[in-house]
Amino acid sequence: MPHDHDHFHHEGLSSSGHPYRQDNDTPLTYWQQMEIAVREILIEKDIITTAEIAAQIEAMDARSPAQGAAVVARAWSDPDFKARLLKDAAEASREMGFDIGPLKLIAMENTADTHNIIVCTLCSCYPRNLLGLPPDWYKTRAYRSRVVSEPRAVLREFGVELPQSTRIRVHDSTADMRYIVLPARPAGTEGLDQDALAQLVTRDSMIGTGLPRQPDLPRQAG
Amino acid sequence: MTDALEVRVKPMMLPGHIRTPAYLRGKTGVIERALGPFANPEQLAYGLKPEQKKLYRVRFTMAEIWGAAAENPDDTIDAEIYEHWLEKV
Repeated sequence: MPHDHDHFHHEGLSSSGHPYRQDNDTPLTYWQQMEIAVREILIEKDIITTAEIAAQIEAMDARSPAQGAAVVARAWSDPDFKARLLKDAAEASREMGFDIGPLKLIAMENTADTHNIIVCTLCSCYPRNLLGLPPDWYKTRAYRSRVVSEPRAVLREFGVELPQSTRIRVHDSTADMRYIVLPARPAGTEGLDQDALAQLVTRDSMIGTGLPRQPDLPRQAG
Repeated sequence: MTDALEVRVKPMMLPGHIRTPAYLRGKTGVIERALGPFANPEQLAYGLKPEQKKLYRVRFTMAEIWGAAAENPDDTIDAEIYEHWLEKV
């Protein structure tokens, strides 16, 4: 491979084997400048403080799929809670003590014959207030366009092969609601408590691009 | 509009901030559930005082959206569509 291009050199790998990310010394985009301008005006006018902005970023970064996993594990263990979750997933999440702000959430249950998948074809709507920030691929045009036109092909790329008899329901978050998939509880987990069950619930299983871990298999890295 | 009612998404192609995806315009589905009134994002996006619009979850079959190209005609897509984009079939 000729080394006449200015990105990705084998010698430019980090100790974990990834190429170093380029320094971000390109000019700011229009919207980056706009964000900085609006932020500085709000601070100048004493409407918000830099500490409040930092605290809000920290609060968002502290949210993770572990919150959703706890919700799913409780629904697997507690039929009354599951009924409340399917009726109003936001209220059920608040009941567990999660600070999800004004999030409006619908839980879609996977069953023996139904598999649900979440997407936002228009932008990147995602239940951030419960699960944290979405994975990068969730925001790509490839995922957003393909999962509505060929969900089975997309699922196969995620390692999920479903029979034609399984009904796939894709949920496009086009407006005010956000979605979480309630995956089916894996077989062989009868003896597990909620903490152990939560360990089986992956982020992707709550988006619908994956299935929960099996209890007897070693946990995958990453 | 009530659950299971058949509705068509109006085939309007308007400029501006719109939450009705183009791939569903002109397509027919059934109301999966009513979600209640929400501030119209087409006005909110421009700082206008928004009207309250009823929002519905509408379920479309893959056969309706993609025709013969559908992977499985009976798989579905659900999307949230505002009342002013829907007409009864």
